[in-house]
Amino acid sequence: MIPNDTPITPELIAEHGLKPDEYQRLVDLIGRTPTLTELGIVSAMWNEHCSYKSSRIHLRTLPTKAPWVIQGPGENAGVIDIGDGDAVVFKMESHNHPSYIEPYQGAATGVGGILRDVFTMGARPIAMLNALRFGAPGHPKTRHLVSGVVHGIGGYGNAFGVPTVGGEVNFHHAYDGNCLVNAMAVGLARSDAIFYAKATAPGLPIVYLGSKTGRDGIHGATMASAEFGEGTEEKRPTVQVGDPFAEKLLLEACLEIMAADCVIAIQDMGAAGLTCSAVEMGAKGDLGVEIDLDAVPCREADMTPYEMMLSESQERMLMVLRPEKETEAAAIFRKYGLDFAVVGRTTDTLRFVVRFRGEVYADLPIKELGDEAPVYDRPWRRKERARIVIPRHVPAPASLGAALKTLIACPDLASRRWVWEQYDHVILGNTVQKPGGDAAVVRVHDGSKALALTCDVTPRYCEADPIMGGRQAVAEAWRNLTAVGATPLAITDNLNFGSPERPEIMGQLVGAIKGIAEACRALDFPVVSGNVSLYNETNGRAILPTPAIGGVGVIPDWTRMATLAFTAEGEEIVLIGATVGWLGQSLYLREIEGREDGAPPPIDLIAEKRNGDFVRALIRNGRVTACHDCSDGGLLVAVAEMAMASGIGARLDAEPRGQPAHAAWFGEDQGRYVVTAPREAAEAILDEARAMAVPAARLGTTGGAELTLSGEEPILVRELKDLHEGWLPAFMAGEL
Amino acid sequence: MKAAVIVFPGSNRERDLARALRLATGASPTMLWHAETALPAGTDLVCLPGGFSYGDYLRCGAIAARLPIMAAVRAHGEGGGLVLGICNGFQILCEAGLLPGVLVRNRGLAFLCRDVHLKVERSDTPFTRAYNAGDVIRVPVAHGEGNYTADAETLARLESEGRVLFRYVDPSGARDERANVNGAANAIAGVLNARGNVLGMMPHPENAIEPGHGSTDGLGLFRSLADALEAVT
Repeated sequence: MIPNDTPITPELIAEHGLKPDEYQRLVDLIGRTPTLTELGIVSAMWNEHCSYKSSRIHLRTLPTKAPWVIQGPGENAGVIDIGDGDAVVFKMESHNHPSYIEPYQGAATGVGGILRDVFTMGARPIAMLNALRFGAPGHPKTRHLVSGVVHGIGGYGNAFGVPTVGGEVNFHHAYDGNCLVNAMAVGLARSDAIFYAKATAPGLPIVYLGSKTGRDGIHGATMASAEFGEGTEEKRPTVQVGDPFAEKLLLEACLEIMAADCVIAIQDMGAAGLTCSAVEMGAKGDLGVEIDLDAVPCREADMTPYEMMLSESQERMLMVLRPEKETEAAAIFRKYGLDFAVVGRTTDTLRFVVRFRGEVYADLPIKELGDEAPVYDRPWRRKERARIVIPRHVPAPASLGAALKTLIACPDLASRRWVWEQYDHVILGNTVQKPGGDAAVVRVHDGSKALALTCDVTPRYCEADPIMGGRQAVAEAWRNLTAVGATPLAITDNLNFGSPERPEIMGQLVGAIKGIAEACRALDFPVVSGNVSLYNETNGRAILPTPAIGGVGVIPDWTRMATLAFTAEGEEIVLIGATVGWLGQSLYLREIEGREDGAPPPIDLIAEKRNGDFVRALIRNGRVTACHDCSDGGLLVAVAEMAMASGIGARLDAEPRGQPAHAAWFGEDQGRYVVTAPREAAEAILDEARAMAVPAARLGTTGGAELTLSGEEPILVRELKDLHEGWLPAFMAGEL
Repeated sequence: MKAAVIVFPGSNRERDLARALRLATGASPTMLWHAETALPAGTDLVCLPGGFSYGDYLRCGAIAARLPIMAAVRAHGEGGGLVLGICNGFQILCEAGLLPGVLVRNRGLAFLCRDVHLKVERSDTPFTRAYNAGDVIRVPVAHGEGNYTADAETLARLESEGRVLFRYVDPSGARDERANVNGAANAIAGVLNARGNVLGMMPHPENAIEPGHGSTDGLGLFRSLADALEAVT
């Protein structure tokens, strides 16, 4: 008989985040009232964070296959083949709710969690990126959150010893009550030595490795599956505390036992800790699991089975070892001073059984807990199409130069140097393109091959039109990889939305996934891993829909990659891609006109691919001297960024025709790149583009110390740079 | 030349250091796990790499400085053997008393990763013979606690004995407090022991050795060591 000394009341069920029908489903499954431990386990497995119950049926529509995909979604991370026996293992994951409650530890453990996902699969992490969204700069919590999150990411990544090479930061009042912290880890493994969570046979011992289990993070995943309201700060005890030192030891120990061929199955303890990792190991292998809690290394005395099963203490792993290799593995664990213990075994019963001090505390069917958890087809509503903003209906600025100065110093376009200088971005000695470019480039095995990495999404586009916004996020990631000369290979997606129980939010999710799927198909850019974070709302106010896309591409020879800085004076500046002057949802509209409206720029996926393939070929053949994609802020901002990165000015005497100047220079038309080349080479590029029906036009010439537009006062590049670099440090110093 | 890199729990730039040694000398160093108590026989150069030994949870380097292997490092240094500590390695050497002074939190109170310019104050040392005195080199820093400090008497002695080997300067080589990225006393980036065979420095020459790093200025330090040891043997 299972001891059941805590009455299971409707209040207790609600506190566990289980809906009445979900509770009934549990009772029907086991034919009796659950124990408190069982209630905790089920709530941990069936919450949104672990089960993807609201998003699963839609996620199935995403393209996940390509000849180079070794492992798609469903494992700890996605795996792609980059040739020569090498594989890239990567994933992006959110730590939004904990980061809002306790920014340093929330962000730090977000980094720790995603690093574990990658090295659990046998890969050595080689780079990190992050996508951060904060509330309006004027909101009283924003500075505190930016400071805590950046310190937390740096504190963990720097100590662990992986370079943080890229990412993005946005500010918008929709994130006032819910910041977003999405961290992406990228690792390198041998393609024939990838490790999985699936246990393979009954009767094998399950080994616990790493830090001891404490009372931190209990119910973290459940907390992350509910919206915020009054008293959010009281949830601080649900946030875990990170120990990058322990994680570094865990990394080295795991890679060493993997190299020694000791491991059959391995799973990190992340959300929902021991519960989730043990259930997944069994469920994926169609096996049962028995856990003996007396053997679990505990940090605190008198921990209950409920606490041990739900603790989210960090830096822990669960694994199935080859029985004949146990002694060898134990020696390696001891070398690194890590705790380890046999805490259970696999069975052939398909039950998840938890024992403590001779008694059974849980006995549940494992498949229904894990891969057969509930799935919902929630009602959703499509947003009405926003109207198109007609360029000539938008007033021209007093001067284009003044508008440019405002834009390049606005919170969403100002330099992020203050952030990335707090991240060690050069450790491991392979960062060959540092933060600040279109994509970071990290060399592989000290050779000529390199990976290009980026994180992208434009939430304001997604809010206005989720399908187009979803497409744009993928297209921009693809474009950023292309702009450094990489072949885009695959993405990881981190879908951040409000409450799926509201049809309009569910409509955003469904729309964004549709847009992502369309772009992935058209660009041959499959999704190999991802994470869904819902309930990002406070008192009924949701964040902007934010499907962050992490893209990975490969460059055969990084010495031929492109960078965005102008490289010489007297070169021609050429725009690739068509300009209609799309001002709807542009930063120009927001920062200069104080409006956030209109339909976002459309993404023509055929033109996107054609233009990108054209530009990539130019880069690969060494025919351009600089390349930068056009995105937030439009064409003039892109050119200014190339000038600021180099200190070389430009004379822009051939603006795009057919629309008002401010629409041409600040419109956010998609699928565009700015490249530079010596005069003759530029002419050849223009001829070739014409022949291939790729829109291309000369914009002007590089040179001097100023940016000059016809009919405008010249602007010193130095002055632009001071404005661009100045905003974030001044804001963080409390000077604004 | 036989080099050994000591790997402490929490070290994380040991591979970067090994790559630099390999590139400069053609030979891979021995990677020595901290639990060893003796250096490999015939070791010419001992390197303490960057990282966060023991998590830097006490004072940086304080725990590593008290490990048994450090007795062997001390004996090596006292016998005239070369010792190089970079970043956390510098912190460990200070904590172990092989070098004077201490590294405290950066003036800006934040971790800082950026390229800095260093003035090479002397070229007559085994660490800098491939440079010219007065050379300005560009290498990155990546630390939160690299603000070198010591009492006034110690600083005066370091200066008068020519033991400040690297100093933070502007690109032209001039002293400028804005170039002193962590606020170090006298803009000190690297110091020698009295005998001149033990160097501790905060910046990372090992991350500026190949064209892809944006600077190859750091390679000179490793070439210097290779040359110096070649000359001895």
